[in-house]
Amino acid sequence: MTFGFVSGAPNQSRPLRERLTAIMPQLVLGPSLLASFIYVFVFSGWTIWISLSNSTILPDYSIAGFHQYVELWSNERWRIAYTNLFLFSSLYVVGTTAIGLFLAILIDQRIRAEALWRTIYLYPLAVSFIVTGTVWRWLLSPSTGIESLVHQLGWTSFKFDWLVNREMAIYTVVITGIWQASGFVMALFLAGLRSVDPDLIKAAQIDGASMPRIYRRIILPAIGPIFVAVLVVLLQSAIKIFDLVIALTGGGPGIATTVPSIYVYDLIFQRGQMAEGAAAAMMILFALSLVLVPYMIWSNWRQRREAGRA
Amino acid sequence: MPDVAAYDPLGVAGTWRRRRAKLVVYVLLGLFALYYVVPLAIVVLNSFRSLPDFSRNGLISLPHSFSLEYWSLAWSKFCVGGTCKGIEPFFYNSVAMVVPATIISTAIGSLNGYVLSKWRFTGSEILFGLMTLGVFMPGQMVLLPWARVLGLLGLSNTIAGLVLIHCVQGLSFTTLFCRNYYVNIPDDLIKAARIDGAGFWRIFRKIVLPLSPPILIVTVIWQFTNIWNEFLFAVIFSSGTNQPITAALVALSSGGMAVHQYGIESAAVLMAALPPLLVYLFGGRYFLRGLTQGAIK
Amino acid sequence: MASLTIRNLNKSFGSVAVLKGIDLEVKTGEFVVLVGPSGCGKSTLLAMIAGLESVSSGEIRIGDRVVNGVPPKDRDIAMVFQSYALYPTMTVRANITFGMESRGVPKQARAEALARVAGLLQIESLLGRKPSQLSGGQRQRVAMGRALVRDPALFLFDEPLSNLDAKLRVEMRTEIKKLYQRLNKTTIYVTHDQVEAMTLASRIAVMHQGRLQQFAEPRTVYDRPANMFVAGFMGSPSMNFLPAQIAVSGPAAVVLAESEGQAMRLPLPDKVVASAGEGRRVVLGIRPENLTRYDRGRTEEKPYLGTIQAPVEVVEPTGAETITIVRIGSREVIACFEPDAAPAVGETVTLAVDMAKACLFDPETEMLI
Repeated sequence: MTFGFVSGAPNQSRPLRERLTAIMPQLVLGPSLLASFIYVFVFSGWTIWISLSNSTILPDYSIAGFHQYVELWSNERWRIAYTNLFLFSSLYVVGTTAIGLFLAILIDQRIRAEALWRTIYLYPLAVSFIVTGTVWRWLLSPSTGIESLVHQLGWTSFKFDWLVNREMAIYTVVITGIWQASGFVMALFLAGLRSVDPDLIKAAQIDGASMPRIYRRIILPAIGPIFVAVLVVLLQSAIKIFDLVIALTGGGPGIATTVPSIYVYDLIFQRGQMAEGAAAAMMILFALSLVLVPYMIWSNWRQRREAGRA
Repeated sequence: MPDVAAYDPLGVAGTWRRRRAKLVVYVLLGLFALYYVVPLAIVVLNSFRSLPDFSRNGLISLPHSFSLEYWSLAWSKFCVGGTCKGIEPFFYNSVAMVVPATIISTAIGSLNGYVLSKWRFTGSEILFGLMTLGVFMPGQMVLLPWARVLGLLGLSNTIAGLVLIHCVQGLSFTTLFCRNYYVNIPDDLIKAARIDGAGFWRIFRKIVLPLSPPILIVTVIWQFTNIWNEFLFAVIFSSGTNQPITAALVALSSGGMAVHQYGIESAAVLMAALPPLLVYLFGGRYFLRGLTQGAIK
Repeated sequence: MASLTIRNLNKSFGSVAVLKGIDLEVKTGEFVVLVGPSGCGKSTLLAMIAGLESVSSGEIRIGDRVVNGVPPKDRDIAMVFQSYALYPTMTVRANITFGMESRGVPKQARAEALARVAGLLQIESLLGRKPSQLSGGQRQRVAMGRALVRDPALFLFDEPLSNLDAKLRVEMRTEIKKLYQRLNKTTIYVTHDQVEAMTLASRIAVMHQGRLQQFAEPRTVYDRPANMFVAGFMGSPSMNFLPAQIAVSGPAAVVLAESEGQAMRLPLPDKVVASAGEGRRVVLGIRPENLTRYDRGRTEEKPYLGTIQAPVEVVEPTGAETITIVRIGSREVIACFEPDAAPAVGETVTLAVDMAKACLFDPETEMLI
């Protein structure tokens, strides 16, 4: 039964089985912790190391200083990539939030067949970015898609060649990104709207406020935390965007819609510039932490405030 | 959380104004619905149309032909990246990757969540934070290290390697979800069980696990969908006939020179999208419920 | 002119009828309490008066105006909710002035009204705080302030004290009563607590299963309840019900059904027997405070005092009195004893029954005879 000492006083040390049981939680957690630790810290550490080296196709572990970062930032292509990122992120976040909120408010109006509408707006969430990008590429391509359809209908001077237009291609990514994500945002807002105390609405109605006023001054402020959560989720998915662009435009035309993550891929796998690629990956991580760290601090502060008041 | 609004914002105006307002709401909903549904509808229709139909009428038009053959061609005969076996092998690759990864990461995540919420020890909160960091790691940062690791383990270019990657990365999510859910199980239940003499595993099996289905559904759906739809690792860590379906799709629809077989490509795209879509259609309600309860924290 | 008139009001949700044939007339300045158990429809009725629920059939008038389809903001009403419904993201000041702002009241008038109400409720020091920084009692006062500032024709209260702990509830109840005595506003007050109803109301409307059971002054509802439901609902501990029969022969009396051979005759006023009919089966209702210890020397000689002997089963001292549960026949009967006269468990006591306060109910219809 117990694998403990048998000699003398059995109380001197706890049997092995008991000791195992006592640290069972740690034992169970152990492997995952180890894996996570390696995954988060060792991998990042390795990438940081490489970004400071001269690695090209194969890793070279001698530290060479920060010149990869300098290389990176003086590169035209990188500048296009992160300009695209800013542009895309801001439009994507604003557009998705606005549409998601609008749809949530519409559905909140006690309409019928709510499950049907929710399913329609939400299914893009289940679809791969690759599928989305491919389908929208077909739709937006001037030779086969909307432009060609309108031509066929008779309006031959209609132009909708954004997809292959250097200036406008990034906006096709925005349209497609909004299509994919707005349903999810709608679901979050809808849950928030539903969690507002209905007595507040009744009180405001008796007070004489019109419905728009009630939304603006009572309901929306009450779901403030959800806005923050939505913002964080969308921003971090925008920063990491890769699959969608690959499938929709391939980064093109040319490099017009290239984004940082595509540039990293290119540097490492197409151009054999491992160190510079690692530096670019670090920049992505940096951008992410700009979003996440303030959020975690804010969220912590909020939790502490709630706990203190309770 | 109620499933339906407890108040009717439009309900207290006069009947005529209320009806008019609701009509506007429905019209707006319908217009937006078009934005979401039309792409899907077009692809579905296109998967039945013949090549001459496409050349004559373009991609977006009502079908002038109908055939089911493109589906079977896409499945078993279409040429993708050198082999002409259709997308069937890639589909099964995805299945072989997703199912084990989902099951393993869910199981371990649930155990981790249990430990972190009910068996707290000094430093467990910090460790939890550490594990959650994994959620935010961008794929590009871990590409090369994974390549090294897979190489060391002899798993390069195998489905098993992809399973490993997705398990480790998925652990962060599943642990996060499960722990936030288990925190809501009253501690008194656990205390009562311990007084009754139950130990770590017994409590898990008899108390925590039976209460888990809601969050397990969420984790399973989340993992299944995300791993099935994942592209970056799929395309880098596998090649040729070992690739999961997302990678095959890109190869398929960007085949440069040849004339695009839109019918077959549409069918292939639909088949690739179908499993997560079906999962979402049948499990979506539970998924939403579980997710929004946890996400608004 | 009545402040509020409700005529034959019905309300159904789908096929479920929640309110049936409600008729109510509230005079100006009255404090009417709608009381009843959960699910009796009182909150629905209040919501319909406020305009938050639509009318299935019937008429509601405020003043002399039919308000059936009129939105809440045009009904000249104000409401205090059970959860207070204070806007969490606004300060107390903003909470109180929100309604006036929405209606376009000019700034000066708003400030004056705010100062008046804040002084009345003594919440001047709280004006800059947010609801989450207030205690339960403070929130209640702010909610009342928000309602008062409207100066409406009708005040509606929806179980405003239910969320407070017992002690605070009693304090706030008194404050509401003092406020009412000072302002004399027509008030409709919903509660499930019959003590609140008795202490606050000028008239009580008892509701049960969607119907109005009785609408009368507290004394009347208490002493002459319209039916067995009202009798059992009002008063704590609740009234005892004993099956009985009006005596066929001998002096006017009622005979308890489970006498077991032993005579348990209790005297009745002659006119009661006359209107009820001899030999009639009835249910005798007698309140615990009318069942006390019989003490030949010291008990006042009231008219129509009967006696019963019964064994004591449970004794519950509450401090002010001792609630004693005795057994009469097969029933448990509750009596109230002075603490000094409290019996011991198992002892057989003689109870003095004040039959002048007794009520007779028809066993089938449960109505008062």
